[in-house]
Amino acid sequence: MDNESVMENKHTEHIHRDDVGSKMGMWLFLFTELILFGGMFILYAGYRFMYADSFRVAAMRLDTVVGTVNTILLLTSSLTAVLSLAAIQKKQKLFSMYLLVFTIVCGGAFLINKYFEWSTKIHHGFYPRGPEMADLPDGEVVFYGLYYVMTGLHALHVIVGMVFLTFMLVFVYKEKITFDNSQKLENAGLYWHLVDIIWIFLFPLFYLIH
Amino acid sequence: MEKTHSINYGTYVLVWLGLVALTTLTVAIAGLNLYSLTIIVAMAIATTKSLLVANYFMHVKSDSRVFKVFIVVCIVIFLTMIILTFFDLIFRYPAK
Repeated sequence: MDNESVMENKHTEHIHRDDVGSKMGMWLFLFTELILFGGMFILYAGYRFMYADSFRVAAMRLDTVVGTVNTILLLTSSLTAVLSLAAIQKKQKLFSMYLLVFTIVCGGAFLINKYFEWSTKIHHGFYPRGPEMADLPDGEVVFYGLYYVMTGLHALHVIVGMVFLTFMLVFVYKEKITFDNSQKLENAGLYWHLVDIIWIFLFPLFYLIH
Repeated sequence: MEKTHSINYGTYVLVWLGLVALTTLTVAIAGLNLYSLTIIVAMAIATTKSLLVANYFMHVKSDSRVFKVFIVVCIVIFLTMIILTFFDLIFRYPAK
């Protein structure tokens, strides 16, 4: 909307807003995300079907504890994200902001865990074309390839989600998001929850094969 | 406002407790040796967790029908892609 029409709208006290349309647009975007990750899940399923035993051996080298801690972190951050929406709808601005900060911190903690997890693996030579990989059977090489690509793309989404939520935090502070105008925050929450759902599937597929 | 989601903190916290419990359950079950059942149980638990997140945290449960239809159509397309891929895989790599 250009400045002139904004001013005109203010003048007539009728600012156009379409919350349902906004939410629908967000969901359409989430479907493209689902298909993006979906393609990789199909790749994973196909290779796991071909190399069932190698996948089991390779997955044993991943740290289940780190994976579980990260799962709990993301689930908790999803809770606080939805609570921040509920809080703003109850006109508890400050509480909503605290919850958003906590959500972003949880995302950060997730990434720090991921960083240590990856660097340990890389230090031990388990990375594409790394020294340990040369002697591994094809199936295990494929497993680590998928592991880095899928958890890497997911981590990228966590970073984007954190940026998205930081903007929402500023909007809440500046009262651009209020108790009766909270669709932006809800959309950001939808994105964050989708990233959580993707991790809900990644976790058992990479960390819990026995 | 036509949509007022259940603005009840308690419900969300209960859902979160359920999600944490299911995570503990899936880790515990993976420790048992269920062989080919492991993946099925793990995926069933992950699907349950996703349904909880979608229905309560993403408010799908209280959304209008158009959103529910949207989501179901998208998931059906995705599952069709997976099933067709597996027909191909089973044909190419028959179980020994």
